[in-house]
Amino acid sequence: MKRNSAYIKGVLFAIALCFGLFAGFGQNSAHAFSNQVIQVGATGEDVIELQSRLQYLGFYTGDIDGVFGWRTYWALRNFQYEFGLPIDGLAGGTTKNNLAKASKYDKAWVNKQINSGNKFSYYGGVPKSKQSKSGAAKGGTAKGGKGGGQAKAKPAQVKPAKNVPDGYSQNDLNLMANAVYGESRGEPYIGQVAVAAVIINRVESPSFPNTVAGVIFEPGAFTAVADGQIYLTPNAQAKKAVMDALNGWDPTGEAEYYFNPDTATSGWIWTRPQIKKIGKHIFCN
Amino acid sequence: MIRTILIVLLFVAVAGTGYWGYTEHQEKNAVLLQAENNYQRAFHDLNFHMDALHDKIGETIAMNSRNQLSPALAQVWRLTSEAHNDVGQLPLALLPFNKTEEFLAKMGEFSYRTAVRDLDKNPLSDKEYNTLKDLYANSTEIQNELRKTESLAQKNNLRWMDVELALATNKQPEDNTIIDGFKTVDKSVEGYSDVDFGPEVSNREKMKNRNLSQLKGKEISKEEAKKIAIDFFDLKKNVKITVEETGKKAKYHAYSLTLYNPDTNGTTYMDLTKKGGYPMWVLYDRNVGAAKISLNEAMLQAEDFLEKHMESKMEMVTSDQYDNIGVFTYARLEDDVRIYPEVVTVKVALDNGDIMGYEGTDFLLAHKDERVPKFSLSDKEARKKLNPNFEVKEVSKALIRNDINEEVFCYEFFGTLGNDTYRVFINAENGNEEEVKKLKDAEPSYNEI
Repeated sequence: MKRNSAYIKGVLFAIALCFGLFAGFGQNSAHAFSNQVIQVGATGEDVIELQSRLQYLGFYTGDIDGVFGWRTYWALRNFQYEFGLPIDGLAGGTTKNNLAKASKYDKAWVNKQINSGNKFSYYGGVPKSKQSKSGAAKGGTAKGGKGGGQAKAKPAQVKPAKNVPDGYSQNDLNLMANAVYGESRGEPYIGQVAVAAVIINRVESPSFPNTVAGVIFEPGAFTAVADGQIYLTPNAQAKKAVMDALNGWDPTGEAEYYFNPDTATSGWIWTRPQIKKIGKHIFCN
Repeated sequence: MIRTILIVLLFVAVAGTGYWGYTEHQEKNAVLLQAENNYQRAFHDLNFHMDALHDKIGETIAMNSRNQLSPALAQVWRLTSEAHNDVGQLPLALLPFNKTEEFLAKMGEFSYRTAVRDLDKNPLSDKEYNTLKDLYANSTEIQNELRKTESLAQKNNLRWMDVELALATNKQPEDNTIIDGFKTVDKSVEGYSDVDFGPEVSNREKMKNRNLSQLKGKEISKEEAKKIAIDFFDLKKNVKITVEETGKKAKYHAYSLTLYNPDTNGTTYMDLTKKGGYPMWVLYDRNVGAAKISLNEAMLQAEDFLEKHMESKMEMVTSDQYDNIGVFTYARLEDDVRIYPEVVTVKVALDNGDIMGYEGTDFLLAHKDERVPKFSLSDKEARKKLNPNFEVKEVSKALIRNDINEEVFCYEFFGTLGNDTYRVFINAENGNEEEVKKLKDAEPSYNEI
């Protein structure tokens, strides 16, 4: 792993040069930000820059993760207050200009830290070498523990953070995507959203278990669980469908059951009040 | 010579196959047994918890003092949740057993409500005692039925795996004891379905039974529904539209429309209420490219859309970017009060700003004009009720549904405690802390989702 430091410097310089070139294009009002007004909930490059610059000035103390969350929001408002700007929590033209003037941003370095999954900070006036700890933390410090666990198995896999609908985790989302894909691969998109919505309706219903895993793995509840199709790798569409259902879309009208009339074996299911048919499935209360 | 060799080879092959088959069979049995053991455990656990539940409810009836009653009711609450859990692990999904599960859930809700209440100030009412007695009688029946089933299953060495197979293939199992037992339990619960759980639990029921009948306007026809959809999206006439009605027993009577637009190659799905023709939800399905516009621009698109399609004034309460999709929720604003039950969600594509979806069912169900805001406390007085370590950053007025589903007017405080941001609702009439919500931070992604 150890290499000649001069070589690394050379590579870094080259990377910095590349990024510098690219950054040169989008320049307009602020020095490096793109044109967009950045608001709460946004993700991406501009948010990383915003967080880095706010941290450089000491306003932002959280992780630089590329998601404009609440801590970034309060930090930005503090910055706007200190600099006598209108306090709106939006990073628009004036705010970005002020921010860019007051702080420095080493895009290449920050991106490198994020891409290699390092635990790092970006405070002004502190040497960078002291602010980065590689993902495979060997040290006994408590701080390293967070990234250490998974870094050992597969180093440098901590990617920028993601937004997830309230009340659910990314793992719930993946589990649901598996179930939806296994249950309704051949269905139209709306049919997949409907299946995901039924899972959520069941979680909220008193007649069913109260967790996503409890509902999905309830014996006999889903054929895809019984025959193992749930363990297929879901495609992007299934994940999209789950995302829509988690964000509140329910095409079924609060259904808790559905069945395929061609293959249903249970007579009882036919006695449930039917709501509508989507694709091949009949949804009922 | 060759014949001997062939015979030996054949013999080896047959013996090998036999051995292989035998080990396969062994393994299969081991796995089946494993599954059977899990079912057995859940079943016997269920019986144990129902026994304990029955005893505990009996004890609460005899109790009088608060410092005895509260812990006992908390125990009841815990046991109902354990029993509910056990049921979820049995292969009963194909069996009508939902009455019992619902009963357990309601019993849990009732015992929780009464356990956390200050029973010194507000002791159990006569009505609630009667409810407890009803529950006791009912749990006696459930317990008896379950015990009978359990002992028969033990005596006859019945297997849950057989039950599962029978249920899955819809064949009559050789011995119906288990299925019959559970059916009887569900029947007996049904007889108690009119147990009065008090306003706190039944509020939940009311939420479940709400419908769209309060909407203004008259019933629309299929053709009118088509017209509304064409107006809604400013569509040209070449769009293919199919309309279907919901079933007679559906909770919300609506038309489901599917619109295929040959120009964009996209399909839009939409539900319109039969009464009045209000859009309940819209979903547009097309491939979304890489994000080109910012979340902020997308928000402006969403606001344009709402202004065009809604009469009420709406205010954004959350905004989130999911890669190339922006999702915004808006609450209705009435005299500076955020009406949180009346929310709509709008989804915008970040490649060109198209509206990808709209969800307004909650808005339609909760919308009311006649609410009279009651704010007898000032926000300063309400602030005194907050945790002293909580650093307030923003205050606003709001209407929320509290945890017993009553609409209450509140002051909404945004602020931080340590590194986390919280939203705290203080009742504007009596200063109760109605809800404290920790706002979620983004989750580090361990994997690409």
